[in-house]
Amino acid sequence: MSVAKLLVRVAEVEKINDLITRFRFVARDGGLLPAFSGGAHVVVEMEDHGTRRMNPYSLSGDPEDRTGYEITVRRDDAGRGGSIYMHRHVSPGMEMVISHPVNLFPLDGRAKKHLFLAGGIGITPFKAMIHQLSHIGAKWELHYATRNPALCAYGDQLKGPVHFYYDDLKSFIPLRDLLARQPLGTHVYCCGPKGMLSWVRATAAELGLPEHSVHFEEFTAPQPGAPFDVELTLTGKTIHVPSHQSLLEAMEANGVDAPYLCRGGACGQCECQVVKAEGQILHRDHWLTDEEKASNSKIMPCVSRFEGRSLAIER
Amino acid sequence: MLDLKPDFGGFFKDETFVGDFTFANSPSAVRRFPFPFDRDQYMYSVNIEPHVPTRPGSVLEHAFDIDEHYVSEMRDRARVLARDPLRCQSLPHMELAGWDLVELIMESLSRDYPQWFTLERSGNDWHWVNKPLGIDQRFTFLDPSTLPYGPMEYITRQMQGDFTLQDERDGNLWVDAGMVTTQADWSLDFDIGMNFFEWHAPVPLAHEKGIFDRALKFLLKLQHGAPVRRFNWTMTVNPLLDTAPETYPEWGPSKTTLTQANLGAKQHLRVELQSLFRLPRSNAIAFSIRAYLGSFQDLVTVPKWGRRLHRVVRDLHPDLAAYKGFLRNRDAMVEWLSKYDDGAPTSPGIWPED
Repeated sequence: MSVAKLLVRVAEVEKINDLITRFRFVARDGGLLPAFSGGAHVVVEMEDHGTRRMNPYSLSGDPEDRTGYEITVRRDDAGRGGSIYMHRHVSPGMEMVISHPVNLFPLDGRAKKHLFLAGGIGITPFKAMIHQLSHIGAKWELHYATRNPALCAYGDQLKGPVHFYYDDLKSFIPLRDLLARQPLGTHVYCCGPKGMLSWVRATAAELGLPEHSVHFEEFTAPQPGAPFDVELTLTGKTIHVPSHQSLLEAMEANGVDAPYLCRGGACGQCECQVVKAEGQILHRDHWLTDEEKASNSKIMPCVSRFEGRSLAIER
Repeated sequence: MLDLKPDFGGFFKDETFVGDFTFANSPSAVRRFPFPFDRDQYMYSVNIEPHVPTRPGSVLEHAFDIDEHYVSEMRDRARVLARDPLRCQSLPHMELAGWDLVELIMESLSRDYPQWFTLERSGNDWHWVNKPLGIDQRFTFLDPSTLPYGPMEYITRQMQGDFTLQDERDGNLWVDAGMVTTQADWSLDFDIGMNFFEWHAPVPLAHEKGIFDRALKFLLKLQHGAPVRRFNWTMTVNPLLDTAPETYPEWGPSKTTLTQANLGAKQHLRVELQSLFRLPRSNAIAFSIRAYLGSFQDLVTVPKWGRRLHRVVRDLHPDLAAYKGFLRNRDAMVEWLSKYDDGAPTSPGIWPED
């Protein structure tokens, strides 16, 4: 299935704080963009001086504002360059290509109450969700933890039942008490750093919250690693994956049409069968089961890498 | 209430789908009939393709096909709903998906059929005009108190074909809303709230082939802006759109009335053009099931279709003929159709002229 694309122009670039910048896109033809659902992301395509980057970013604006989309990007100085490109090179007036919104972190419409737990840049999907719930009058509550007030993006704009916590001030989300006193029918949503997700997952399980009422945004940005070669058995090509490119990006750079949706190890769309692996697959996705990972029979090329003598996959 | 003041104009037919069954396809409607068989045999497959406009004049020209039966079909839907309101149901969390459907349909129809439908918008103040049905409605988008029905019911009373809305959660799809009055013997009232595997449970052979696992995996990846479609088909005696389990005692016995003399006129191939759209605000999936009826005597006027229909019906797996409800009449159909099959080869694809 090909990915449906939207042709947009950058309308605004606003520095929110030292690390975080907000971007607003409008349709190049001056028309309306599709409405979207809170929690949705778009994949932003970047032509970074000869390297094609495609990074997913949550939409952080109002889903009913069809005149433009907003994303909020945290600069990751240790990352592979997508966020740095956005911060340094994207300016108003630039023409860009983004995917249609895709939602892998949707609201559960049956919830009697939506409880949001945000860590740092994890605020972005909740900002859109709060807009959406406000339109339909649903009940929500946000608990938002950042390092310090200066890095609390949108802190001044978030109104309503919002609670702030700052690591530097030693204030932390009172997670156990908070989860324990939620009314029946509450759905919990968590987006933040890995440690926070594990903490929430473990605490919710300990308290006996039903698994289906606790939701996690589990994007993983592809991490750099050692370069490796891979044989693509269907295409009949052997390609090189440099250290700062993902296997998926390397396939695309070599003209191989590979399916994708989230580019963050969550959706399963890019899954490939492994034909031969002499070495270790570094699984970094949230899609394959532990058994599948252990058997080295499948790989998710958007985030996972390889170390060893030779790898061959069906693509 | 939606007060229909139909205007049949010069295009729409005034006909019935019950009682005296005056429904008939015009010659041009026969030529554009969505004949579903692209080869001389049939077995299940996940036969899904992108729902992109193609073939001007065909049923695939637009996102939603409005044809000569539109006004009469909407009158028939109102008749069925008056008798059994449970044919339309929407669980409370599906209202937003209903609004998504209102937007999708109104945008599509006003773009594709401006001579019949217009939509003017100023923010959330919308003005909808449906000329064939005599509807002129101003309403506030996302405010259900400004429409005479809930959003899904409102718009699907103006759309040919059935609709279901699937909520996506827990890695599955749940049929949590729908308007179902032109169905091939299944019940929304029975299926509502079921997940993808539950509502497909009665289908023979396909589970063993893993078709539903693959289909669900595919649908969960369905993206906004990239709808897909497939054809499905069955057989119906008389041009009855509403073949519901609830009313089986009324229409089931008609299967015993076929003779070689009346079969060409009474026996209809029923084709469903099924299309699936990811909805933007709700992240739900809209499933449009548009039924077309074609009498055997009309279909065999296309020589390719006459030959192929004979071969498909003759060679169909008996479990499928039983599931589709025509095993008892299969031999009679084959006998009637054999007169239109000279054994000549048929060209690939579904189109009459290819």
